[in-house]
Amino acid sequence: MTSHQSLKKVQTFIDFITFKDPNVIYVVIGMVCITASSALIGTFAYLRKRALIGDAIAHSLLPGICLGFIAAGEKNMFYLFFGAFLTGWFSTFLVDFIVNKSKVKQDAAIGIVLSTFFAFGIVLLTYIQNGNYSDQGGLNQFLFGQAAAINRDELILFEVILAIIAFSIFIFYRAFILVSFNADYAKSIGLPVKFIEFLITSLTVLSVAAGIQALGVVLMSALIVTPAAAARFWSHNLPRILLIAVAISVFSGLVGAYVSYVNVATPTGPWVVLVLSFITLISFLGSAQNGILASYLKSRANKRKILHENILKTIYHYHENQQHIDQLDLTVTASQLLEIRLVDTDQLQKGLERLIQMDLLTPLNSGYQLTTKGRVESRRIVRLHRLWEQYLLKRTSIDALHVHSGAEAIEHILSPELEQELERELGIKGIPKEDF
Amino acid sequence: MKDNCVIEVHNLTTAYGGAPVLWDVDFELPGGQIIGVIGPNGSGKTTLLKTIMGLLEPSSGYVKILDKDLDKVREKIAYVPQRESVDWDFPASVFDVVMMGRYRSKNLFKRSNKTDVAIVNESIEKVGLTEFKSRQISQLSGGQQQRVFIARALAQKADIYLMDEPFVGVDAATENSILKLLKEMKETGKTVLIIHHDLQTVSDYFDYLVLLNTRLIAKGTPQEVLTEENLTNAYGGQLTLLAKVANLIKVNQFPIREKDVDL
Repeated sequence: MTSHQSLKKVQTFIDFITFKDPNVIYVVIGMVCITASSALIGTFAYLRKRALIGDAIAHSLLPGICLGFIAAGEKNMFYLFFGAFLTGWFSTFLVDFIVNKSKVKQDAAIGIVLSTFFAFGIVLLTYIQNGNYSDQGGLNQFLFGQAAAINRDELILFEVILAIIAFSIFIFYRAFILVSFNADYAKSIGLPVKFIEFLITSLTVLSVAAGIQALGVVLMSALIVTPAAAARFWSHNLPRILLIAVAISVFSGLVGAYVSYVNVATPTGPWVVLVLSFITLISFLGSAQNGILASYLKSRANKRKILHENILKTIYHYHENQQHIDQLDLTVTASQLLEIRLVDTDQLQKGLERLIQMDLLTPLNSGYQLTTKGRVESRRIVRLHRLWEQYLLKRTSIDALHVHSGAEAIEHILSPELEQELERELGIKGIPKEDF
Repeated sequence: MKDNCVIEVHNLTTAYGGAPVLWDVDFELPGGQIIGVIGPNGSGKTTLLKTIMGLLEPSSGYVKILDKDLDKVREKIAYVPQRESVDWDFPASVFDVVMMGRYRSKNLFKRSNKTDVAIVNESIEKVGLTEFKSRQISQLSGGQQQRVFIARALAQKADIYLMDEPFVGVDAATENSILKLLKEMKETGKTVLIIHHDLQTVSDYFDYLVLLNTRLIAKGTPQEVLTEENLTNAYGGQLTLLAKVANLIKVNQFPIREKDVDL
C-alpha cells in the first residue's frame, strides 16, 4: 500500500466520524437506532427461549415488503414497512397456531413457516423485477442489507421505533421479566400474560422490520439473538445485560455501516454479523465467569498445584527412606525423585524450577534442598494425605489396598478448616506414620 | 356451602389434548389446615392446582375461592409452581425473584417501595436465605431454589398457598425447615394445599388429604383416606378401565360430556 492510499483511507475514516457527508449522519444514527432496538427487545426473546422466532420473522418480512411495493407501485418506505410488519407478525401467529393445534414442535413449525414465507417473497421479488415497475432497483438490497441507503424519512421511523421499544421496556419491565421467567406465575397473580406476550412479539417484529433495509432479511435475526447471548457471558444482572447487549450491537452496526460506506458495493448485513459473531466468540472464550479461557486457566492452575505438591511429597518420602524426616534438609536430585515417583521428566523439571521461584526449594550442587517454607509445605501435604487415608479406613468400608489411590487426589483440595475437622474426628496430631 | 370452606371445587373436568385428566372432581377444602393432594404419577394433581389457579380452563365445572370467583380474590391466594418448571439460569438474584411476590397487576408500572423491600427481606429470612440474598439463582442448590419459590409466595402475603411438589429434590434438613414453616403458617390461620408424592410421610405432614387418580378417590383426614381400599383404588390396577375410556375419548375426539347435561 502506498502512503497516498493509506492517507486516503485515514481521510475517509475522518470524513465518516466527523459526518462530513450529511448522509453519514443518517446512516450512523439510523444504525444506532436499529441495532439498539433489536438488542433491547431481542434480550427478552432470548430469555424467553424464543430466539429462533426472530429468524422466522425476518424471512417472513420479504413477501410483506414486496406486497407493500406492489400496493404502492413504487418504493414507498411506509408501504414497505407496513407490509413487512404485517407478514412478520402473521408468521409468528402462524408458528404459534401450528404448535398449539398440531403435534408439530416449535422448531419444526418455525422451519416450515420461515421457508414458506421466504419462498413466497422470492417469487414476488422475481415478479416485480420482471414487471413494469420503474423504481424497483434496490429492492434486492432487502436480501443482505445496505445501510448507506438510509435516508431522512426512514431515520425518523427508526427513531420512533427505538423510542417505542425503550419506552415499553421501561414501562412493562416487571411484566416482561415475569413473563420471561415464569409465565405460569405471572398468570397466577392475574397479569394479562397473553397481552404481554403479544406485546413482546409485536415489538420484536417492529425491530426486525426496522432493520430489514440496513441488514437484510437473511441476517437480521442475528441482531435479535446474538447481542443478548454475548452479553449473558459478561453479567448475571438483567439491566446490565441489556446495556452490554446494546453496546455490542451498536458497535457491530457502526463497523458494518462504515465498511459498506467505504466500499459502496458491499452489503452491510454480513459485516455487522461477522463483527457481532467475533465479539460473541471473544465473550465465549474470555469472560471471567463462564469463559473457556477462565476454565482453562483454572484447570492449568490446578494441574500445577497438584504437580508441585506431589514433588514436595516425594521429597518428604525420600527423607523418610533415609530416616531423616526430623530435619528434612538432605539434598535430593531429580533422578532420586524419579526413583520414588515416576513423573514426566519435562514436567518434573518445570515443576522444580517453579518451586525454586516460589521459594520452596533452593538449588544446591546438582540437586535441590527444601527451604524452611518448603519443609512446612511438604509436611502439610503428607499429613493431609495420611489423615484422609485414616479417615477413609475408619469411616468407609474401603480396602486397605485402595486407600492410597483414594486419598491421592483429595490431599490437594482439603482446606485448613477440613484439616482441623479431620484432626478432631480422628484424634491424630502430627503426621501419621502409616503410608499405604 | 359449609362454613370454613376456603376452596370449593365443583364437578370439575379438565382435559389436556382431548383426554380428561381430571374427571368430575368435587370437593370442599377446610381453611387453616395443611392439606395434601396425593395420587400416582399422571393422576392430575398438577392439573388440579393449575385449574384452581386459573392457568388451565376447565371443560366443565367451576372453582370458588372463599366463595368467590378467583379474579376477585387473587391477592389472597399464592401459587408455588414446580421448581423444574422454570429456567434457573435466568439472570436474577434471590432478592429479585422474591420481589416478584410483591408484583400486582395494579403496581406493575411502579418501582418497589420501602414496605415491599421490608416484606421481601422478611420473607427471605423466614426461609433462611438471608446470607444468599444477592446470590444468582443459578448458583443455588435445588433445596435453596425451592425455598426461593416459597419465599416469593410468602412475600405475596396471601391467605391460601398452593404448592406443587415443594419437597421434590430437597434434602432432609430443608424438608424439615419447610415443614416447620408450614406449621407456623397454619398457626397464623393460613391454608396450605400441597401436592405430595411420598406416601411414607403423608400422615405426619397433613391434616387433611385429597386422594386423586383422574377421579376423586377419597377426601378427609389421613385416617379416613389412607385405607387399603382407597390406596388400591388409587395406586392399584383398578382404574385401568377408566384410563382406557379416557384414551378412547381422545382418539375419537369425543366430547367429554354432552352439553345439555352439564353440571
